[in-house]
Amino acid sequence: MSRRTLPILRNLLSARFPTRSITYMPSPGDGSPRPVTLIPGDGVGPLVTDAVEQVMEAMHAPVYFEKYDVRGDMKNVPPEVLESIKKNKVCLKGGLRTPVGGGVSSLNMILRKELDLYASLVHCFNLPGLPTRHDNVDIVVIRENTEGEYAGLEHEVIPGVVESLKVITKFCSERIAKYAFEYAYLNNRKKVTAVHKANIMKLADGLFLESCREVASKYPSIQYNEMIVDNCSMQLVSKPEQFDVMVTPNLYGNLVANTAAGIAGGTGFMPGGNVGADHAIFEQGASAGNVGNDKLLVQKKANPVALLLSSAMMLRHLQFPSFADRLETAVKRVIEEGKYRTKDLGGNCTTQEVVDAILANLE
Amino acid sequence: MASQIVRRLARSRASGIFSSARPTFSDRSFSSTEGAESGLIRATLFPGDGIGPEIAGSVKQIFKVADCPIEWEEHFVGTEIDPRTQSFLTWESLESVRRNKVGLKGPMATPIGKGHRSLNLTLRKELNLYANVRPCYSLPGYKTKYDDVDLITIRENTEGEYSGLEHQVVRGVVESLKIITRQASLRVAEYAFYYAKAHGRQRVSAIHKANIMQKTDGLFLKCCREVAEKYPEITYEEVVIDNCCMMLVKNPALFDVLVMPNLYGDIISDLCAGLIGGLGLTPSCNIGEGGIALAEAVHGSAPDIAGKNLANPTALLLSSVTMLRHLELHDKADRIQDAVLKTIAEGKYRTGDLGGKSTTTEFTNAICDHL
Repeated sequence: MSRRTLPILRNLLSARFPTRSITYMPSPGDGSPRPVTLIPGDGVGPLVTDAVEQVMEAMHAPVYFEKYDVRGDMKNVPPEVLESIKKNKVCLKGGLRTPVGGGVSSLNMILRKELDLYASLVHCFNLPGLPTRHDNVDIVVIRENTEGEYAGLEHEVIPGVVESLKVITKFCSERIAKYAFEYAYLNNRKKVTAVHKANIMKLADGLFLESCREVASKYPSIQYNEMIVDNCSMQLVSKPEQFDVMVTPNLYGNLVANTAAGIAGGTGFMPGGNVGADHAIFEQGASAGNVGNDKLLVQKKANPVALLLSSAMMLRHLQFPSFADRLETAVKRVIEEGKYRTKDLGGNCTTQEVVDAILANLE
Repeated sequence: MASQIVRRLARSRASGIFSSARPTFSDRSFSSTEGAESGLIRATLFPGDGIGPEIAGSVKQIFKVADCPIEWEEHFVGTEIDPRTQSFLTWESLESVRRNKVGLKGPMATPIGKGHRSLNLTLRKELNLYANVRPCYSLPGYKTKYDDVDLITIRENTEGEYSGLEHQVVRGVVESLKIITRQASLRVAEYAFYYAKAHGRQRVSAIHKANIMQKTDGLFLKCCREVAEKYPEITYEEVVIDNCCMMLVKNPALFDVLVMPNLYGDIISDLCAGLIGGLGLTPSCNIGEGGIALAEAVHGSAPDIAGKNLANPTALLLSSVTMLRHLELHDKADRIQDAVLKTIAEGKYRTGDLGGKSTTTEFTNAICDHL
């Protein structure tokens, strides 16, 4: 008897986390388990993906994972991994370390190019109960993922002079702008800000802005404005509440996403993912620190919250909203209570302790 | 052209600074006053547009009260294009800066139109200003969300992503070139380490994205490492830019001196300006070949409050302090800086943008009283 009343009591008392009543009507057969490719990755990656596996099992979520071992120093993504992702269409990934100056191109970039995951999304928001310098942060950064400065086209002209090409095409700019406005429309967001440096790079970022403006005219109910990237970073650290959805080319998106994540409390709990026309890969949103360092690995104190919230996004993407809600509610409750937090959120717990607390809070 | 080179060589040999077509870095000098006589130092002053003349007036008043041995040579932006410089800045103005080796520049509004170069671009190209130095420190008494900021950003100013080389390949496809050269990277790295040593800083961090842009940022890092070996007492580290952004907004006390290429420098230096309260309070100094230092206020010319005695001269004042430090007049610089900080900390006289109601003259007089 008490096992049934306890969650009901908790519902009544915690009005701040109302669990939504199930109003969606699934088609017959939607409950059969869906396969999801799982890439544990490097460093603390295996630790946090293990946390996700534990929580999914405890919830009896209708997903099962196909695990593949990919490490950052491999020359290329193994073909069976790509096959699996193409079959399953959804993947969950830990961090992959990109060696600095090693002559090996980033595996993250290779995955994105092969699967044409052209939009990278990071949702930066304040977690209730976590004190930060900035409040009222709720920013989604949508970043073009395939071209721009990270096209990887560099060459040495003569010894001592190196050139790198930044490529901007109308095709890619248009589709990322379309995705940004569509996201805003489907998620009831009010404003889209385009971040650029078109006063200096007139042709390149000018083309990006042109595409954004064209798409903006098709969504008259969504406010659209443009901001230069250096002014944008200044505004982010002083008045972040003015931003809602931001759409940016590749490099600026990287910086803006990490800055926005930092002001809202750190990259340890920001969910995000990469999405394309056919596939989606979910991972810790902002890229800084997703591989962790040796100390975190040895002490097993990595923060699993980012990947857990990203897996909640994945569950919604797979159309299992009630599982996603339960997971998010449990995570937010644990963070708000404050007893079980990892080092980057101000506590001193290990990953496993946080996971146990979340499992205890699952309904 | 040849006579200019002969004149410049003769002048530089007389003052002991070596400058040749391919400068050797061991002979490079960054100070403008080697061999200068102890007397009045001439400095070029560009009051600029909008609020420029008012805040330049504040600077002159405070320098007089503080007894600084600076003699100002004022130059104004012309109203027609000088064909020798292809912009509104006259040849005489540029020659004046080259001669005096130090200058102070107020905000300049670039007139809209074609057929001339932007004023900032003209200054940068003609005077070969290769490093932009911005000391960012929290002003005591002016509360922002960050209280423990004390860092310096040094940004390469001539190449990188802002080389301006773009072209349309076919319709709908644009390419923009980012250029990194060994010479420019070594130059700015040398200045960064020299600055760190001269100002007693412990650590220099090079900001990069060499895991993705392996050759370009890789070359930049290689140059920084080479220079770091010559300064074993200064700690050197390399930080990827996304990590750097996140750490800056979480805990800016982690950084000391930051050196970076052009684009990252633009974004990070403005981010740091945002941490301490905005561009209206941030000093900035551009360093050029041959020890030229042009301190400037990086905010706009604010035409809406021009002439109303409401402008905040803090940015230009702190920039002039940077200029004094470059001239190694450290005691005068400290006195003026302390006076400015004390006035702001007291809170009685603050201009409108800091949340107060004083006029420019009241603020300036309060600073003079504190000297």
